[in-house]
This record gives sequence, C-alpha cells and structure tokens, in this order.
Amino acid sequence: MTMTQAPPQAPMRFPRLAQPFIALFLAVLAELGIAFFVLNVVAVPLIAVWVGIPLLLVFVPCVRWFANCHRTLFGAITGTEIPRPYKKPPLPGILMWLRTTLSDPATWRDIAWLLANAVVGFVLTLVSAVFFFTTAFYLIYPLLVGVTPHGVFDEPFGGLITLSFWQSFGMVPLGLVAFLIWYAVGERLLKADAALGRSLLGPTESAKLAIRVRELSESRAETVDTQAAELRRIERDLHDGAQARLAALSMNLGMAEEMVSRDPAQAAALLTEARESASTALSELRDLVRGIHPPVLADRGLEGAVKALALTCPFKVDVTIELPGRPPAPVESAAYFAVAEALANIVKHSAATTAWIQITHESERLHILVGDDGVGGATVRPGGGLHGIERRLNAFDGTLTVASPTGGPTTVIMELPCESSSLKITPSSGTA
Amino acid sequence: MRVVIAEDHALLRDGLIRLLEAHDFQVVEAVDNGPRLVPALVEHRPDVAVVDVRLPPTFTDEGLKAAIEARRQVPNLPILVLSQYVEQLYARELLTGGGGAVGYLLKDRVSNVADFLDSVRRVAGGGTAMDPDVIGQLLARNTRDEPISRLTPRESEVLGLMAEGRSNAAIAAALFVTEKAVSKHTNNIFAKLDLPPSEDDNRRVMAVLTYLSSR
Repeated sequence: MTMTQAPPQAPMRFPRLAQPFIALFLAVLAELGIAFFVLNVVAVPLIAVWVGIPLLLVFVPCVRWFANCHRTLFGAITGTEIPRPYKKPPLPGILMWLRTTLSDPATWRDIAWLLANAVVGFVLTLVSAVFFFTTAFYLIYPLLVGVTPHGVFDEPFGGLITLSFWQSFGMVPLGLVAFLIWYAVGERLLKADAALGRSLLGPTESAKLAIRVRELSESRAETVDTQAAELRRIERDLHDGAQARLAALSMNLGMAEEMVSRDPAQAAALLTEARESASTALSELRDLVRGIHPPVLADRGLEGAVKALALTCPFKVDVTIELPGRPPAPVESAAYFAVAEALANIVKHSAATTAWIQITHESERLHILVGDDGVGGATVRPGGGLHGIERRLNAFDGTLTVASPTGGPTTVIMELPCESSSLKITPSSGTA
Repeated sequence: MRVVIAEDHALLRDGLIRLLEAHDFQVVEAVDNGPRLVPALVEHRPDVAVVDVRLPPTFTDEGLKAAIEARRQVPNLPILVLSQYVEQLYARELLTGGGGAVGYLLKDRVSNVADFLDSVRRVAGGGTAMDPDVIGQLLARNTRDEPISRLTPRESEVLGLMAEGRSNAAIAAALFVTEKAVSKHTNNIFAKLDLPPSEDDNRRVMAVLTYLSSR
C-alpha cells in the first residue's frame, strides 16, 4: 500500500470519539461497494450486446457519486482535499461520454478501489472500530454478566471457562488493553484506509497535469480576452479623447498663426482655447496612464500605492502591509488593481464609514484582505466588480472569497501565489 | 531671483529656463538627474528650485526624494515640485518637513504662465502652492460625520483656495468679494474645524492640510 500521497501529519478533522463510528460506517460502505463493483464488472462485457450501455449510463455515475462521497470523507480524515480526477468529454453526446469514460483511467481506478476497499479497506476500518467497541464491551463486562441469563456472557473464549459475577471483574483489564491498542493504532488505521483511498481515488500524475492544463488554458483564454478588451478600451479612449483634442489643438494653432497679424485679439482667444484643450488632453492621458499602470505603483510599489489609494477614499481606511520585498511587477499590478476595485466597490455600494486593508505574505502566497463596516450583502455577479477582480486574479492562479452577510460587515479575501524568491528587496525610501 | 531647475526632458527644461528668464529669474543651474540635484541645491541655495518628480536614474520619485533630502540639509529651502500627476501621498510627504516654502503642481499648470509664475514667487516667498487637484481630492473626502461637511459651499471654496496657498487678498480677487468677507469666511472655517486662527499663511495651510490628510 502506498502512503506517498498522504501529507505528513495532517490534522484529522474528526474528534477522536467520532472516529470508531466513522470507521464502522466506512466498513459497512466498503461492503456495499462490492455491489457497485460487481454491477460495473458485469456491465462492461455486456456492451457487446448493447445492454451494457444503459447499464453503464446508470452505474458509472453511481460509482462516481459513491467515490466522491469517499473523497470528501477521506479528505476530512487526512486533512487535505482529494481532487476529482475525471475527464470531461470533449463533445456532448452519449457515445462520446461513454468513450471518454471508458478510456478514462479514473474510471478503472475507481473500480479497482471498490475491490481494494472491500478487502483491505474493510479490514482496516473494521479493526479500527473493533478495538474501540471491545474496550467498551470489556469495561462493562461484569454488568453484562450480571444482567444476562447464564450461558450468554459468562462463558468467554468459546465456553472454555465459566465465570461467576465476581470472577468476571478479571476481564475488565482486557478492556484497558483494548483501549490502549485502540488509542495507539485506531486513528492510524483510519488514516491508512484514507491513504489507500487517496492513492486510487486521487488523480495520477498525468491526470493532475491534465487538470492543470485545463485550468491554465481556461485562465489563459480569460486573460487574453481581458487584455484584448483592455487594449480596445485604451485605443478608443485615445482615439476619442486625447487624439481628437490634439487635432483640434493643432488646428487652433494653425488658425491663430494665420490670424496673428490680421486680428491679434482673435488670435489670442484661439491661443487660450488651444492651451485649454492641451491641458484637457493631458489630463485625459493622465487618467489613461493611471488605468494602465498607476505611476505611484511604479514609484513606490504596492505599499505606497495602496496607501495613496487609501488617502483618496472618502472615509477612513486603515492600511497594514507587511511584505518582505516587492512582488514581481505583474503580481504587484494585479494586487493593486484588485485592492482598487474592492475599495471602489466599498465607496459605491457599502455606505461604510471605515474600511481596512491588510496585505501579508505567508507560505508563498500574498494574502490581501479588504474589509468595511458597511451594509454587506456583496456577491460575485457576472459583470460585477468582484467578478472582474476574480478574473484578474484567476490569471495568476489567485482566488477571491467574499464574506458579506446582509447587514455587514464585508470582508473580501484575495490570495495570489507569490514565491518568496521572487520578492525583490525594496530600496529604502529616503523620505522622512 | 535665483532658480535651480531639475528636469530630465530637454524640451521642457529649455522651456522652463526660457519662461523663467523671460520673467526676471536667474537660472543658476539646470540639472537633468536626481543625484546631481541635492549637491546643486545645497551649493547654490537658490531662492527657489523647480523640480520634476520623476528623474533619472530610477525614473521614479527621485526628484521628490532629492527635494525632501535637500530640505533636510537646508531647512525651509523653497522647492516647487512639478509632476505629470498629483498624488496626495507626495503632497503630504513634502509638507511633513514643516514650514512653508513648498509647492506641488501638475506640469500642465506651467501653461498658464501668470498662475505658474505666481506660484513660483509664492513658494520663493515662503508660501505654499498646492495643486487644485490635490485640494479637490482632499475636499471630496467629506463624509457625513466629518466636521468639514458643516462648511457651506462658499466656505469650502474659500478653504480650497486657502489650502492652495493663496492669501486673503488673492482669494478675495479670485471670488470677486471683499477681503473683509474672506476673512469672515476664514474665521468661520477655523471655528468649524476647531483650528486656532493664525495670521501666518503657512501655518494656516499646514493646519488645514494636516487636518484633512491625517484623519
């Protein structure tokens, strides 16, 4: 049995006393699994006479459901989630589904697990449970002898000896022995069962890669879309804004040039107009630049930029940032825009009077928390601000979680992978 | 009046020199990078320095840092910082040193020559010249329960001009009212914001900005 998948000493999520019952439950399920195993094994050769197809259409989802329940349970026992390794059919249709399913190693690993679980898993869980129930049994043994008629409990070990009520107290130490054994190995047996499940139910290396590739191509497609939309927006803003204004400006200057000797007053008015449109064009360009990469982010990094952002909020914002250095530019920029968007959401919707931002770096991830004391009820809706943040973070394998009960307060938790080795040491700012 | 200019863009540097020299300023040195700025300022001790925020070699906030460093070495050295964009954080850092004689303006403001020269002279004279954008952002921060929300629109307007660094006379001229009316507004503002009134222009602007940005 391989234990390679099990992480070292992950905490068990069940209290000790619940474990024997869970073990017993798993043992029962392990035997029920035999039924699923047999049905599948019988159905596969029946494909040849077509009957197998409808059978598989029913049984395979049953097995998957059964396996998924175990994945959840085993995940809780070992403390780490077991990912679902199934392939998605590339095209809709029953036959396509059948083909994908039958060629998916995960299907066969499920079935192998059903068999292994029914034999090895059953023993492991049953033994784990039995020691506990033995403990209970021997601790109350004299009581059992006392209340049951002669010949039921007073002849242990197959009737080799007969005990009186007082002699039965001699069996109580067996309960203690069983307890010690259960205490020592009960949890390990359960974990061993979970590890067995994990080794067959978890994705294989190649399935993991396939899952990863699928996630990456989805997030790449999103990123490309977002980037393209962003470029279109920039092009449009430049075309309708600054470019048009600069064209008008040069026209005004041309007219003023031509008019300067003939009608100096008119020329002066045109020059004033030209200056105004130059400054509007500049301010439009400024806004555009801010939207692409805020200058303060380039100057001061995430810390300075987020502080600057907090200063422009119409309410009090507490900022705590503890970073050992500057994250790589793309991560920094994603984090900045995520915070900016979260703050903009607060300003627009929350009716908050204070907000707080906390950014820390722990276990190779950037943790960003943005909270407010507003009315709550924030959700991630397609097209909404939070969804925008989610998409932005997805491109970096980041995640977004929103805790926002109606009535508030709202906390937005964002996480971005960011390896310590990629953090650059911030040049000490010479500002006092 | 003796001026030091720090601007890396040759066209803009020449333009600034031309503009200032045409109005009776004497440009004693024009540098194009950060490291040379502090020694130039300390050596010449100009009446005013006009400094671009973004300078080589880092092309970040080199100019701002040099300005703050120079003011640490030569207290109250008048410095007007120009930037392609305004950031409250920077305004605050400039003002944190205490005393007046600082300015922080958008580069666009240079195109309004009269206003720009007025700002330069104000900073040289120990006053302040804050960009209306900075002030606008600060004033926009008034939320429900802030004392600043008690101001009338007219008083907010006066506060804005005051925070830019203008004198009562200049405010009166800008708003087409008498100086007496302005001083009445000013007193009301101080009362509403719980600030002790003072005759000193700098301290008044400082107090307002500190109050607004330290919430």
